[in-house]
Amino acid sequence: MSAITSALPLPASGRVPLTLRVFAALDRKAWIALGVFLALALVVVPVLHLALPPENAFHVSTYAITLIGKIMCYALVAVAMDLIWGYGGILSLGHGLFFALGGYAFGMYLMRQIGRDGSYGADLPDFMVFLDWKELPWFWLGSDSFGWAAFLVLAVPAIVAFVFGYFAFRSRIKGVYFSIITQALTYAAMLLFFRNETGFGGNNGFTDFKRILGYSITAPETRLVLFGLTAIALAATLVFSAWLVKSKFGRVLTAIRDAESRVMFIGYNPLWYKLSIWVISAVLCGIAGALYVPQVGIINPSEMSAANSIEIAIWVAVGGRGTLIGPVIGAFTVNLAKSWFTVSFPEYWLFFLGLLFIVVTLLLPQGLVGLWKKIMSKKQGAQA
Amino acid sequence: MKKLLTTLLLLTGALCAWAGPDPALVRQLAADDNSDKIAAIQQLAAAAEPGTAGILQAMADDSLYVLDDKLFVFDGENTLDAFSGETVELPEGADTITVNNRLRGELANALAALKLFDEDRAVRLNAARELQSNVGAELAPVLAKAKASESDPHILELLTTAYAKATLQDADPAVRLAAVAALAEVQTPAVRSLLLPLTDPANEADKLVREAAIQALKTIERSLAWGDTLAAVFSGLSLGSILLLAALGLAITYGVMGIINMAHGELLMVGAYTAYVMQSLFRSHFPELIDWYLPAAIPVAFFTAAAVGVLMERTVIRWLYGRTLETLLATWGLSLILIQAARVIFGAQNVEVANPSWMSGGVELLPNLILPWNRVIIIGFALFVLFLVWVLMNKTRLGMFVRAVTQNRPMAGCVGVPTSRIDTMAFALGAGIAGLGGVALSQISNVGPDMGQGYIVDSFMVVVVGGVGQLAGAVWAALGLGIFSKLLEGWAGAVIAKIAILVAIIIFIQKRPQGIFALKGRFADQ
Repeated sequence: MSAITSALPLPASGRVPLTLRVFAALDRKAWIALGVFLALALVVVPVLHLALPPENAFHVSTYAITLIGKIMCYALVAVAMDLIWGYGGILSLGHGLFFALGGYAFGMYLMRQIGRDGSYGADLPDFMVFLDWKELPWFWLGSDSFGWAAFLVLAVPAIVAFVFGYFAFRSRIKGVYFSIITQALTYAAMLLFFRNETGFGGNNGFTDFKRILGYSITAPETRLVLFGLTAIALAATLVFSAWLVKSKFGRVLTAIRDAESRVMFIGYNPLWYKLSIWVISAVLCGIAGALYVPQVGIINPSEMSAANSIEIAIWVAVGGRGTLIGPVIGAFTVNLAKSWFTVSFPEYWLFFLGLLFIVVTLLLPQGLVGLWKKIMSKKQGAQA
Repeated sequence: MKKLLTTLLLLTGALCAWAGPDPALVRQLAADDNSDKIAAIQQLAAAAEPGTAGILQAMADDSLYVLDDKLFVFDGENTLDAFSGETVELPEGADTITVNNRLRGELANALAALKLFDEDRAVRLNAARELQSNVGAELAPVLAKAKASESDPHILELLTTAYAKATLQDADPAVRLAAVAALAEVQTPAVRSLLLPLTDPANEADKLVREAAIQALKTIERSLAWGDTLAAVFSGLSLGSILLLAALGLAITYGVMGIINMAHGELLMVGAYTAYVMQSLFRSHFPELIDWYLPAAIPVAFFTAAAVGVLMERTVIRWLYGRTLETLLATWGLSLILIQAARVIFGAQNVEVANPSWMSGGVELLPNLILPWNRVIIIGFALFVLFLVWVLMNKTRLGMFVRAVTQNRPMAGCVGVPTSRIDTMAFALGAGIAGLGGVALSQISNVGPDMGQGYIVDSFMVVVVGGVGQLAGAVWAALGLGIFSKLLEGWAGAVIAKIAILVAIIIFIQKRPQGIFALKGRFADQ
């Protein structure tokens, strides 16, 4: 899948049917890889988890499923980040905000699903009882409906991204300025969510979920379904992104990245291109957040911290910007390293992460994918 | 009859022996009923005869003994007869007088009132201060007496207030009116709550007094409002000076050199930890000079942070000039490494950096406006650093070179400016200034590995609002943001104020993407 460029030459106009264009977004090898990935996630992992006893060497533990599921959510965020950074040239340091907004939107539904099983046995979520609130605030209306929650997961990040992006891109804020302002945005949101009065559980956020759509959230079957859904979402995002960056829209976007003024002088208005990809990226983050919360079982304002959002950027940078598989590889590499380090050498994780930031920016500007390509081309050069 | 006679006899005897307090009242101190005791205390205090203080003090200290009709004061060594003042043996079976909390309060007040007649000015002043709160009507006579004999104007002022408070509930409307008039001069929140009930006809029958109270409240409110606003402006200035210290270094590295240094906050941390290390060094080696650790920390912090800066510039940043987004990520990596290094060296917990004694306390300008010395000194320090930077950038050869490299790097190189060394020097300068900011921060906030993270967003905001490449912009932006956010905090709370400021900045950037002080010139694309 590293050779993402299609073998099929496409006519520039939209005469080819959409299905065919989507199909042409990935080449043959990439489709096969995607199929293998889905088969692994949807068939092999569930079978190994449910059918084999825990003692078996091939048994996939609950820990592994949660970890991989979590990392797949991160990978989804990384792909969203890559769309805006790798293809749009806009480095957002506020993507943690959209991720958390999606998570909170879905977390509201999960909180309502607890019902009277909370420690206070009340209709209201525990933290509201604790604050001595008598009824749900207006923005919690309808949060007991799955459909509404799913809608909010998409709508809230989209609206926030649209409003912020419209004003930011309209006044042509870009580059570092934009990065810093997005960082300020997520920082402000974090402060807001830390307040108890905001109505989202303050410091502790949402946790202690019991069930989702009536099913127990800790049951292995539920976990596997969530795991599978995450895998499908990731695969769908990859296909969608591959199609998007190859469409006319994607090409204009890349052109804006490389020479915005020139694109403007040709007659395009960069505002709507940037705004569209910005909103799409935010919505993808929201979806990832919504999938993340039931699997990890907690969402709190620290997800919006500036550090988290910058970490997203490093996943993309490690994997390789401007390729779609890169962010996925990066998210997996960094996060697996993180879970290994925090267990084995908790002292050294930050040293490692810090060095990773430096080494990747100094020595691997194209990331692991770029390194792979370089090695391959050297090999081919040697053979020729 | 026999009792009365003995009292009379004792009275005359006591008057002859030493003009002491009324023995009947002293005897009443041992009464069974608490309200009798209180009445005795109050009357004794009001009479303010010499010798009363000793007896009351003994009572407060639980060393006033009673046996039948006799009272004895035990002063630690000798037992004295409370009436004659002669040294006697403490008779067997003598008991202390029970003193409950209410009595203790009365005794404290009475003792304070008695101290108003002390020879020592400091004692009188303390007593007058003590009597400013919870002074009751029973002390009015003694206060009047003290007022009449007091010569010190400052104490007299305090006494007048206390007297006014004591007579606020007087039966005579004219006295009450005088009290209100006297209190109108004292503009503190406590007086406001004292006068507030007097505006209600239910509490105050006399119309004149009511009107005077309303009038007095108005003046007090006005003066308090002034004090509150000034206090907010001062804490805004203080916050602004801290922001300025945090942002000045950034104004050089980002504003002038175009380097996004996300590790800037950690350079502040380096400075703060340097102050901590200096404090420990002074504690263990020169404990008598401990108050001077802070001035000593200033140059050390500058050079430590500058050295860290040089290291950062030489190893990482110099390879990334012109690639701002990459610089951002790489310096973020550096910041993580510095944070973790601080954790490994100093532990993850916050360390304690104490204010030197000359920085504690404050100066009281208005009753509700106290300027703490550490804040005042930090404002002064920020001005000093600002001056230093201005001199360095505008009056020295290095500053000239830095500005030359900023304006036109190739041209500066052509005329012989060693551009790469200038880069290192300028970055070291910015880092060193951050170190100075860290020393200042160590005096007012927690010193811990994560302390820098809290300032990075704020200091970038200052630079962005102020306009890139402008020191003046950074100054105005820091002060403006500081004062604005403190004023907002006054009526919206800290978090909402912070959010409002960030939103305001985002909107402000819409209007003036180049900041308040834009560089003159045309920039189609950068």
